[in-house]
Amino acid sequence: MTAVRFDHVSRHFGDVKAVDGVDLDIAEGEFFAMLGPSGSGKTTCLRLIAGFERPTAGDIRIFGAPVADLPPYKRQVNTVFQDYALFPHLNVIDNVAYGLMIAGQPRRARHAAAEAALEMVRLGGYGRRKPSELSGGQRQRVALARALVNKPRVLLLDEPLGALDLKLREQMQEELKGLQRQLGITFVFVTHDQGEALSMADRVAVFNQGRIEQVGTPEDIYFRPDVPFVADFVGSSNVLPAEIVARLTGTACPAAIRPEHLRLAADGPLKARVTGLSFLGLTTRVSVEAEGNRFTALLPQEAPRPEPGDELALTWAPENLHLMARDA
Amino acid sequence: MHSDRAPLSLKLAAGAGLLFLHLPILLIFVYAFTTEEKSFAWPPPGLTLKWFAVTWNRPDVWEALQLSVKVAAISTVIAMILGTLCAAAVSRTRFFGRETISLLVILPIALPGVVTGIALRSAFSLAEIPFSTWTIVLGHATFCVVIVYNNAVARFRRTSGSLIEASMDLGANMFQTLRYVILPNIGTALVVGGMLAFALSFDEVIVTTFTAGQQATLPIWMLEELVRPRERPVTNVVAMVVVLVTLLPILGAYYLTRGTDTVAGQGK
Repeated sequence: MTAVRFDHVSRHFGDVKAVDGVDLDIAEGEFFAMLGPSGSGKTTCLRLIAGFERPTAGDIRIFGAPVADLPPYKRQVNTVFQDYALFPHLNVIDNVAYGLMIAGQPRRARHAAAEAALEMVRLGGYGRRKPSELSGGQRQRVALARALVNKPRVLLLDEPLGALDLKLREQMQEELKGLQRQLGITFVFVTHDQGEALSMADRVAVFNQGRIEQVGTPEDIYFRPDVPFVADFVGSSNVLPAEIVARLTGTACPAAIRPEHLRLAADGPLKARVTGLSFLGLTTRVSVEAEGNRFTALLPQEAPRPEPGDELALTWAPENLHLMARDA
Repeated sequence: MHSDRAPLSLKLAAGAGLLFLHLPILLIFVYAFTTEEKSFAWPPPGLTLKWFAVTWNRPDVWEALQLSVKVAAISTVIAMILGTLCAAAVSRTRFFGRETISLLVILPIALPGVVTGIALRSAFSLAEIPFSTWTIVLGHATFCVVIVYNNAVARFRRTSGSLIEASMDLGANMFQTLRYVILPNIGTALVVGGMLAFALSFDEVIVTTFTAGQQATLPIWMLEELVRPRERPVTNVVAMVVVLVTLLPILGAYYLTRGTDTVAGQGK
């Protein structure tokens, strides 16, 4: 069943087309990531699902029902906000129980449910504290518990890990993924971090300038980008311009090749000059310039290391060159 | 070297400064108990409590006090409603002329009271509005709104906009959000603004002089009493009451906002 469907949805702010003709299908129980640079429309899409924004055009359905006239408080959708938006005047348990209080649950029942939700995010016993007494990671868990306690059919997460440090972020990624599997709720997750999107999501939509460039599994997005933007934004693939591809393969379209698939050879059809080296441990990153284009190659440890200024050639196995015919 | 203990000279200077500020007020209190009624002679020839009884039985005092309380209460209520709504509009939404409106709201407190007073008086006579309690209320509301607005706007700015969205996301409609999220977050700021507005209105003289007809609020009554040397200590008794009545809300405001934020508009 389709959890969320966008049919030609646009949201314009004056002349700014924040979301421009987006079609989208998010399946029930899916962990779906919306990935894109800031200002690409991903957060506006999330706010359209939550109901904080109304589409200028198009149709949004949640579990088949049109939601155009539903205010946020009538949608079976809950949000984990980027700044967590915990209520500063309430303690943790009342924050988590807020939705149940509004729904009219008696105090004892809602506090029991809230405590259970807190235990689920491993914050059992923190109920009496004020949000200001918690660390960033703990606030994030409270925000998560506050949304989940209402048993939403879709959980929206707006850059939920953005404010956490790297170690905590990796740990939370695991926990979010685990929670999602355990609860079976549809998660829609907004992020600008391609690593996060690829490692957590079942499917990823890559946003650019209010439109979706590509929707697919992390493997699709990473290895088989449709357009140069996706190749470049997700994991920084090298994009070969159409004229070079035409000369080398006979097909006139841009192509993507992953840095780890580029090899340096003494001679070949694509001459290149080494401009920089950095040692990354397992691999060495080599920056090269060829016919006015910059490329990055990741060399394995055992490969011979070139020197900056070396005149070499770029080669690759033909199956690793991904042609992006759609953009031709 | 920075020492934790202040030198004696500094302590003396500070003490002298405080005495200079508060001794005259204490003198007013002392003269409320004097037995001598024509001129304020020092030291008072004797102490008595009879002026409290005299004041209690003077109907003009009661009328003035009643008018002052009424004007201050109504102005405060008007200011709390208008000031909060205005603060919400200015800090929550973006619209053309927002900064200008913000400035225009604050302007009455920056203008000298005489200017506000004259402006209101000529406006009232142009519009042929007879002077009444309501003209005084209008005059007071002009600066009371500013006090509430300033306090509320500061609080609104610190209240994240996503709190309202979070509340609605969790199922609360507009009224529930107002009751459970917005009011608890701006509540103390509103109470403080209201208290300060009440205190300001209660002892206002200048704008009142221009906007009151034949009626006298308590401060106006005191001014009139000074030129008429009859039962002078009565004025002092009333002064004591005014000091206490205005001090209590200001102290309350101070305790409510201690450690949270500065109280805007204390300066007027």
